[in-house]
Amino acid sequence: MQRIGVFVCHCGSNIAATVDVKKVVEVIGMEPGVVYAEDYQYMCSEAGQEKIAAAIKEKNLTGVVVCSCSPRMHETTFRKCAEKAGINPYMVEIANIREQCSWIHKDMEEATKKAVILARAAVAKVNLNTPLQPGESRVTKRALVIGGGIAGIQTALDIADAGYEVDIVEKTPSIGGRMSQLDKTFPTLDCSACILTPKMVDAAAHDKIKIYSYSEVENVSGFVGDFTVDIRKKARYVDMDKCTGCGACQEKCPSKKTPSEFNRGLNTRSAIYTPFAQAIPNVPVIDPNACIKLKTGKCGVCSKVCQAGAIDYEQKDEIITEKYGAIVVATGFDIIKLDNYDEYAYSQSKDVVTSLELERIMNAAGPTKGHLERLSDGKAPKNIVFIQCVGSRCSDNRGKSYCSKICCMYTAKHAMLIRDKYPDTNVTVFYIDVRTPGKNFDEFYRRAVEEYHVNYIKGQVGKVAPQPDGTLMVHGVDLIDGKQIKMEADMVVLAAAIEPDPTVRKLATMLTASIDTNNFLTEAHAKLRPVESPTAGVFLSGVSQGPKDIPETVSQAGAAAVKVVGLLAKDKLLTNPCTAQSDELLCNGCSTCANVCPYGAISYEDKLINDHGIRETRRVAQVNTALCHGCGACTVACPSGAMDLQGFSNRQIIAEVDAICR
Amino acid sequence: MQELITRIKELLADKTVDRAIGWRAGDLGYNPEPAYFNSVEDMDNFVYDGFCGANLSKMMIEAAKLEGKTLVCLKPCDTYSFNQLIKEHRVDREKTYIIGVGCKGKLDPRKLEELGIRGVTTVKGAELEGDCETLKFDTVYGEKECAYSDLMLERCHVCKGKEHKVFDEVIGESKDTSTGDRFDEVAAIEAMSPEEKFAFFQAELSKCIRCNACRNACPACSCRKCVFDSNKFDSAQKANTVSFEEKMFHIIRAFHVAGRCTDCGECSRVCPQGIPLHLFNRKFIKDINEFYGEYQAGEDTESKAPLTNFTFDDVEPSIVGERG
Repeated sequence: MQRIGVFVCHCGSNIAATVDVKKVVEVIGMEPGVVYAEDYQYMCSEAGQEKIAAAIKEKNLTGVVVCSCSPRMHETTFRKCAEKAGINPYMVEIANIREQCSWIHKDMEEATKKAVILARAAVAKVNLNTPLQPGESRVTKRALVIGGGIAGIQTALDIADAGYEVDIVEKTPSIGGRMSQLDKTFPTLDCSACILTPKMVDAAAHDKIKIYSYSEVENVSGFVGDFTVDIRKKARYVDMDKCTGCGACQEKCPSKKTPSEFNRGLNTRSAIYTPFAQAIPNVPVIDPNACIKLKTGKCGVCSKVCQAGAIDYEQKDEIITEKYGAIVVATGFDIIKLDNYDEYAYSQSKDVVTSLELERIMNAAGPTKGHLERLSDGKAPKNIVFIQCVGSRCSDNRGKSYCSKICCMYTAKHAMLIRDKYPDTNVTVFYIDVRTPGKNFDEFYRRAVEEYHVNYIKGQVGKVAPQPDGTLMVHGVDLIDGKQIKMEADMVVLAAAIEPDPTVRKLATMLTASIDTNNFLTEAHAKLRPVESPTAGVFLSGVSQGPKDIPETVSQAGAAAVKVVGLLAKDKLLTNPCTAQSDELLCNGCSTCANVCPYGAISYEDKLINDHGIRETRRVAQVNTALCHGCGACTVACPSGAMDLQGFSNRQIIAEVDAICR
Repeated sequence: MQELITRIKELLADKTVDRAIGWRAGDLGYNPEPAYFNSVEDMDNFVYDGFCGANLSKMMIEAAKLEGKTLVCLKPCDTYSFNQLIKEHRVDREKTYIIGVGCKGKLDPRKLEELGIRGVTTVKGAELEGDCETLKFDTVYGEKECAYSDLMLERCHVCKGKEHKVFDEVIGESKDTSTGDRFDEVAAIEAMSPEEKFAFFQAELSKCIRCNACRNACPACSCRKCVFDSNKFDSAQKANTVSFEEKMFHIIRAFHVAGRCTDCGECSRVCPQGIPLHLFNRKFIKDINEFYGEYQAGEDTESKAPLTNFTFDDVEPSIVGERG
């Protein structure tokens, strides 16, 4: 029988205002196994921990239940405290009477009753707890950064500068990401390429950084400190060692009709291409869907013009397997598809463009060489209407519920730049709110209004109707004047919502990193651990975690790098002892557990089993505890109950349920 | 039947197989039982007719541990169960010789009572020859007659098809005997109010005598040790302490076979209390089809199971569908 001490925390008034903590102490003291119970204002404080330690020693406690906040907050704190006082840290359980009780209830009597029930469940579990011993694992002193945009580049540079090796995996042919597509950046209006390309060059030249461009993460196994990652290096059909980047192949390539991804499909590119002039690496790739040689076997022009003999039509995808101690996700974003917003006529008129397309139009290296012109007839637009919040802050499920955060500022930037370069152009912005928190942001927006006389109208646009004369009729509403507005425009620019890059979903599953309903990666703690995933060893950088602008992305990238460096600086890590175990006598050998295991931690072997005198060779499951994350999927899938999770055994869980239902 | 017997004898005689699993005649004309046949002489007792409803696939779990090869007679629907067992590594295909036996719908002797046919001495028309349209009975009360389909098991009215999914050879003709939609019964229960549903299942499950016949016949219930027999868990004890323990047993059993049940209908066929146990499993199958796309367990040995195969699309939030 255990000797259990229960410690009920007031959490100031967080718990005590809703839960009668004295009552909890009184009732829980009568539970089987409980020999001591007390309450205190802040159990996590030094004094609170001392109370626990003292009780462990004085009352010879074998188990501890702390009724407090979520185990995600202080489980480690109390486990360490118990360990110091001489009992196994895994003999400590947390009953979450804050997030799961006091914070969500108002009625004190009901909340107290629930707190007692939660405490009782924890006591029932501790009664069945056994001491567990963590193992040790080594740390591979190399980091992987997934995504080569500004977030990934900055994280990699910071890790590399601290002296650790770091690899960047970028799925497109060049690093640079979204930032490389931008023209100017707010609020200083410096040219995006001018500040980004030096960083790209730094990353490429750094002796600690290796860039896998045109590559994707194929599989991830292992755990913090010891990840094994398969990287698919897609066939480039160009030998990276031989290519000099002269560009002759791209000039001569006869297949030039593929929409350019980099220019958002506003112009075309050749089948062999580098996405943009400053691409790193400056080695083209052949698009196998566009290449005549790869499709039909006839052509081979690029191979003929290549002086370096770098073209290799036989090249195959290559899988590279590498070990990493830490992984940073910096997969960035794209703008949403506008299929749900057809009232803005994006699919009907070439002169309705997204803001990202406008970036390319305004860019000197873009499809119009930086001249602001209508894509339908090449004429200079006289009236431009910007529509904000297209798909952002959406209350129905057509778009996204969140604010994309960057649109107010880049729209002010676009409006200002247009008014500056083409002063005879009328610029109107329809907005719901203008949000400009940030250093020099509001000043920037005010300049657009006050100095550049951009016409800001608070109100939504209901419809954009293409007219027979090629203009666009914008039907909107001015909420301040309470009037309907009909306005003729030559060009309409949509501030489309941003969303996480769609590949992040698959990646999150491979990494077992949590993801929210909007596909943004979840932080370990929204405020206190914003760059760490709840999955140990996985870190977050850039928009994959939530909408943010360039300065914020760069700061977060640095923060993620510091966390990675902190991890890589360790030589050994303690492993989680809460892993699955198979009871060979009960195992059917049916493979169900192996099929549900996300980590490939379960294998099968034919083994001679002595089952109460019956000796036979049976196919039985074996768990590789180094790979097991303790998710418990196998324990619920196993039909015979042969699989069990240490620290969360079926019996313990049933005991908790029983205690709750009692 | 004669062709089948001749062939099995041949295979036993030339040592292609060391034994055969089939049916032997029972004490009445309508209750044949599963049996091992170890020699050509044993085969005198062999019978195969419309009353041979038992799914023999599960017997191969034990037979596979014996020396040499075992012949097993499987009807089209039994082959689904066998495939599922292959998938779960419970049987050894290499040590099995499968004769796919023809099936024209299997008969439920319990329906004789319902049809008012008592004191049966001999049955004619169940020999699986021709179209199997009429059954004739000699009874102590004189001759009786009924349509073959009137005596058919519920499962045969929703037949999965006449195709054998795995076999070494097929002997005899089969026919698809389905007359209705497999999920009609489930849909009718789904339409009930929660109170009606509870009352319905309580009434049905209260008949249970915990004889474990369903579990013993079920090819998916093939655990070396059932959780209800193991002292490692509290399931059995727990089931004993609630006033309505059958509920616990059957619902847990349904969960354990979910996604693996081929809907072979053995549970309902063998239940001495006539509880429609297949309804639980079929409800799961219907839900699986609706939530994860059409899936038939045992259709093949390769496809991924909807509930027990991890894929990269299984990602948080784990909301797969919402239904009112």
